[in-house]
Amino acid sequence: MKDSKHVPGEESSPKLDRRQLLKCGAWAGTGLLWTLAGGVPVASALTRSATPRTTGLRFVQISDSHIGFHKEANPDANATLQAAMNEVVGLQPQFVLHTGDVSHLSKVEEFDTAQQIVGTYRGDVHYVPGEHDVIGDNGNTFFERFNGSTDRKWYSFDASGVHFIGLVNVLDLQAGGFGRLGGEQLEWLERDLKHRSASTPLVIFTHMPLWTVYPDWGWGTDDATQALSYMRRFGSVTVLNGHIHQVLQKVEGHVKFFTAMSTAFPQPAPGAAPSPGPMKVPAETLRHVLGIRDVSYQGKHSPLAVSDRTLDAVDAARGAA
Amino acid sequence: MNRIIARTLALVVCGWTAGVLGSASAGEDALGSQPASGAPVIVKISNFTFEPATIKVSPGTQIKWINEDDVPHTVTGTDPKSPMHSAALDTDDSYAVVMGDAGTFKYFCAVHPHMVGTVIVE
Repeated sequence: MKDSKHVPGEESSPKLDRRQLLKCGAWAGTGLLWTLAGGVPVASALTRSATPRTTGLRFVQISDSHIGFHKEANPDANATLQAAMNEVVGLQPQFVLHTGDVSHLSKVEEFDTAQQIVGTYRGDVHYVPGEHDVIGDNGNTFFERFNGSTDRKWYSFDASGVHFIGLVNVLDLQAGGFGRLGGEQLEWLERDLKHRSASTPLVIFTHMPLWTVYPDWGWGTDDATQALSYMRRFGSVTVLNGHIHQVLQKVEGHVKFFTAMSTAFPQPAPGAAPSPGPMKVPAETLRHVLGIRDVSYQGKHSPLAVSDRTLDAVDAARGAA
Repeated sequence: MNRIIARTLALVVCGWTAGVLGSASAGEDALGSQPASGAPVIVKISNFTFEPATIKVSPGTQIKWINEDDVPHTVTGTDPKSPMHSAALDTDDSYAVVMGDAGTFKYFCAVHPHMVGTVIVE
């Protein structure tokens, strides 16, 4: 779903009834956090620190910071990442996921700057690389820096009963192909999932989309189908990806796929331009097409609540303070 | 006297010839084995495409790739024996290779693998 501008005042209208609230919620992607309480959808207006703190799990996804990029589409990717991280701090998540393209050219100084800006948030950040992070050294610098070791590429962890899996689909890419997980990783994934209860919610995060969004631009992962086959028996699977610098969604049975906005620059919708390169927008609208994703989980039997927040909605909320 | 003159002349000629040959070698080293008359064949990298995607050149031709996109690309041979293995090319960066033996050399962008090209040397 594409983000829409938050309309101040609508939620606080004294004439707002349940029907209007639901209509508003169906239209707005920004500024509303939907959660399920006892099976009934409840919308909470999101304003700076008045954001309701859930008792369950809350985490944030950021993506495609491209530190080192400085062309016309965004001359200051550092500043927009900083704006994103300021908002992350305000949301007080338990941790952050970065779905890759942390840097633009895999340079050490770019990783340094990214780490410094992301470090505005003092909690744990779990990274997976994008193709811009593994240029020239198979990702050794990236894995050493962000995973603690070149041997630690893909991994999983648990939080509040949710099983998180970070996958890498940007290594050993083949000519003419898409993203690629590879046999070793697929075997690891199968083992990791084998003995888990099907009622365990899964969150899979990886850079390139795990469904074929647009083949002409290489937007997909060659061996994703096999990975997804290991997840089919699970009741709740959420796949969080980056790479395409825009929010697209797909639902396939119990699997919900979400791609994410970038904090650096937008890219065109599939097929809307000759190529998927950085898309220039008027300077005043740049922060409307960049953003982060806020995800909450209230506990068993409720789905993950996903809310995309553009950087300008963040700014507007702060301005209203 | 005549012998001295003849010897001096011979030395001058040898020296001049060596100088010419030396500078010619230096010139060849600077240009690689590119024929003196050959300008490099240019392949543009634009809109996530190698243009032209397929080129035919004769052995000894230099090919130069120039990246015009706002994102980095590479020129990476699909065969380990390929002469094409560039570093990441940022906007306006270029990469040149002199093609040696005859053959068909496929390559792609290691960052955006959907981008493919072919060099045919014959």
